[in-house]
Amino acid sequence: MTSFIKPRINRKSAPTNKIGLTRQDYDGTMSTLCAGCGHDSVTAALARAFFELSIQPHKVAKISGIGCSSKTTSYLLKEAHGANTVHGRMPSFATGAMAANNSLTYFGVSGDGDSLSIGIGQMIHAMRRNTDMLYVLENNGVYGLTKGQFSASADIGSVAKKGIINDQPPIDPCALGLSVGASFIARSFSGDRKQLVQLIRAGLMHKGFALIDVISPCVSFNDHKGSTKSYEHTYKYYNKFVHADYIPPAEEIKTAYDAGESMPITLHDGGKIILRKLDADYNPADRSSAFSKIINNNIKEIATGLIYIDENLADMAEQNNLETRPLNQVPYKELNPGLDNLKQIQKSFR
Amino acid sequence: MSEYPEIRLNDFVIKIGTVNGTGSASANELLMKTIFRMGVPVVGKNIFPSNIQGLPTWYEIRVTGDGHAGRSGDVDIMVAMNPESYERDLNSISSGGVLIYDSTWPRPHFMNRADITVIGIPLSSLCNAEFEVARSRILMKNMAYVGAVAAIIGLDMSIIQNLINETFEKKKKLVPANIKAVDLGFNYIKDNKLNNEKFFIKALNKTSNKIMIDGNTAAGIGAVYAGATFGSWYPITPSTSLMDSFSKYCDIYRKHPKTNENLYCIIQAEDELSAAGMAMGAAWNGARAFTPTSGAGISLMSEFIGFAYYAEVGLVYFDIQRVGPSTGMPTRTQQCDINLTAYASHGDTKHIVLYPADPGECFTMSAQAFDLAERFQTPVFFLSDLDIGMNDWMVDELEWEENYTPDRGKIMTSKQLADIEVYSRYLDIDGDYIPYRTLPGTDPKGAYFLRGSGHNKYGKYTEISAEYKEVVDRLLLKWKSAAPFTPQPIIIKSQKKTNYGVIAIGSSDGAVREACINLEKQGIHIDYMRIRSFPFADSVEEFIVEHDLVFIVEQNRDAQLMNLLLTETNVPRESLASIKYYAGQPLNYKFVYKALFTGIMANSKNKKTA
Repeated sequence: MTSFIKPRINRKSAPTNKIGLTRQDYDGTMSTLCAGCGHDSVTAALARAFFELSIQPHKVAKISGIGCSSKTTSYLLKEAHGANTVHGRMPSFATGAMAANNSLTYFGVSGDGDSLSIGIGQMIHAMRRNTDMLYVLENNGVYGLTKGQFSASADIGSVAKKGIINDQPPIDPCALGLSVGASFIARSFSGDRKQLVQLIRAGLMHKGFALIDVISPCVSFNDHKGSTKSYEHTYKYYNKFVHADYIPPAEEIKTAYDAGESMPITLHDGGKIILRKLDADYNPADRSSAFSKIINNNIKEIATGLIYIDENLADMAEQNNLETRPLNQVPYKELNPGLDNLKQIQKSFR
Repeated sequence: MSEYPEIRLNDFVIKIGTVNGTGSASANELLMKTIFRMGVPVVGKNIFPSNIQGLPTWYEIRVTGDGHAGRSGDVDIMVAMNPESYERDLNSISSGGVLIYDSTWPRPHFMNRADITVIGIPLSSLCNAEFEVARSRILMKNMAYVGAVAAIIGLDMSIIQNLINETFEKKKKLVPANIKAVDLGFNYIKDNKLNNEKFFIKALNKTSNKIMIDGNTAAGIGAVYAGATFGSWYPITPSTSLMDSFSKYCDIYRKHPKTNENLYCIIQAEDELSAAGMAMGAAWNGARAFTPTSGAGISLMSEFIGFAYYAEVGLVYFDIQRVGPSTGMPTRTQQCDINLTAYASHGDTKHIVLYPADPGECFTMSAQAFDLAERFQTPVFFLSDLDIGMNDWMVDELEWEENYTPDRGKIMTSKQLADIEVYSRYLDIDGDYIPYRTLPGTDPKGAYFLRGSGHNKYGKYTEISAEYKEVVDRLLLKWKSAAPFTPQPIIIKSQKKTNYGVIAIGSSDGAVREACINLEKQGIHIDYMRIRSFPFADSVEEFIVEHDLVFIVEQNRDAQLMNLLLTETNVPRESLASIKYYAGQPLNYKFVYKALFTGIMANSKNKKTA
């Protein structure tokens, strides 16, 4: 994760957002990933979404684990604090950070090795707690940094670069999320920036745990013939079945939606997610419907879009009855029970 | 009985053997608190199995008018209520002692010890005649032996009555039955004139400013007073009651007065790895954070501990030691994580470790641990053990400094950031090895990328040798510089100048002090130093150098403290001698006395022959 400074080119005509920042203000250091890596597209989509939502970069905390994916938090939002933690342990670190200050926007970037093998326990429990964060899982079916071993998301029959065929079933993070109670589950593809930006916007504004599983091909170790996580394979079987457009609170809904197919979901901040279903029978607020849509379909049809949403589940802060004021800003005099109470406490010890 | 005319006033040990899960804990506590309220100092030890119901369990109450803090190693009055452990219990009684047993079932083979007094009380038949329900027959048997012991050693029955009233304040209808049961035992002794005429308690005035408290409760209260706002944990014996305490007092004293919202957050994690990650995340984000665990948990937390050390995030790990290795004996005590906590995690890592010796120090050192963690931006270990953590100790009333303000260390504010050109996370601006940290969300200029990968003093990724080395060398100096700020060793000098010394840490303290007092009575002089922290203060090496032979008393097999002293000081190997006790029970002074006595005798003999 070398920190090359990205040269800043000031364009006078660059459009600004509501807080006067340009898209460039959301950049980080230069990427050191391989040319064509899907992860760089995800980084760009993330930066775009933050820019469009006019979020102050320093009011964001970016957290990651270990692996190619986890390097990417350095490549955006240079004015935000970042933590590149331990392999598979981003969720716990993020959970603690959030408890200390729940007024910031938290997002984590992880990969299929980080999330589905070494860190599967932490990911599941962060979903159970409904920790209020966006969790982007850059999924390429392979271990890139150690040069080409299968990950736990590799499909049965997928061929490794060295010719070995995978015969273990894949772990589908979306199906997993549905079974443990994640409140926002989406799948996308690094090659579809338009869809991805919309999903990231919706995920960031969702109150609770938002998982986006992004198929993000590894050009060096898993983009060959026979791989089910290659660009070619993903483009071929890619199916967008639910669009999710995030509309901020004060904004007017401009697009004309077909009444039967659109489904508005109001978020806690007053904004809305408008879901446009291409499959009329599908109901993303229904867990079992979501489950049957994605299960058994992964190779023949990569179902993408907002798969499931429950905006009413209490998040971690609410479950813990946390004060609205961040804990790290409560002055000591409010934390100290005082001398009289120490005397009081000790009455029971006699 | 007349063979043992010696009277033992306020100086003897009562041990009660029962079956766990039968409610004997509250009866035993009643017995101990009565003695305490009579103004007589006590030492209580709960020796219990890793089990919920059905296995043997013991409670030991040492009555010590002189106010010693450790065990004696004797059993003077044995209340043997558990048939399964009868034989062991019988054999454990010191010569001249008393056996009290349930004579509902006569046990003639008890008579094979002619050197003890046997008192049989038909506790079961007495209780069966008086109480209807099976469960209350079991529970009341416990209260009946309390009554019997009270009659034998002369306890103040009005105190017992008060304590029962207090215990059942919310279930008042249970009071008469409990009093009745106590009376059953008491009257049986009186009516049958079974008094032993040897072990007596006489009221003193030695407990007026004292409390009975366990170390975990005290450490939990310490964390509340220190201003800790975040605690994450995974349940593990013997540390669980620490978080219970923090939680209990936060629930009372840490609610917003108007909204009733929590000014704290406790998360029960899915495992210790996660608990360590959460606490570190909270600390990074500016909360005072901690995680309580035991050695097995420290093993799991080690990856995060190394990360926190290298990335310089200050938080507190409470390690309440239990017997290892592996699962070991989870309900037994040891000092077996001395090495582990000193150097936890892979690579070159060194930590600040505090060694509290009793619940009083658990309270003060708990708060100190947070100050040190934030001041030095590094993991701090609070190394207690099961004996300190879970047993009730008699200690001075807890006191808190009214003007205490938490030492949050160097946090650069927006205002300070405005005055500098560029902020760098690991730059040693002040020349004291401690850099400035910034908190997420405060200022765009203060942003940095926390990483466990190689970084230079500016916080940027590096693989350049000199840059890497510069940072880890500073970390070592930072760690060393913490020594004067940690709790300093306590030295107890003998009455005469001596070439012998003894060093111990933590829960060995009471036993070592008492052993020294008894050696002094024999004309053997020895200076005692109790080390209270790591890195070692300079005075540790000085103490060793001033003596020809220094005994290191510790509760583990591998002489971990001695080896740490040899590694971290320049003292010669031959100036140290090891005394180890690692059987899992709280250390007793007779063991230490014998080992010191033998060691000193052997040494002086060697000198003479040489």
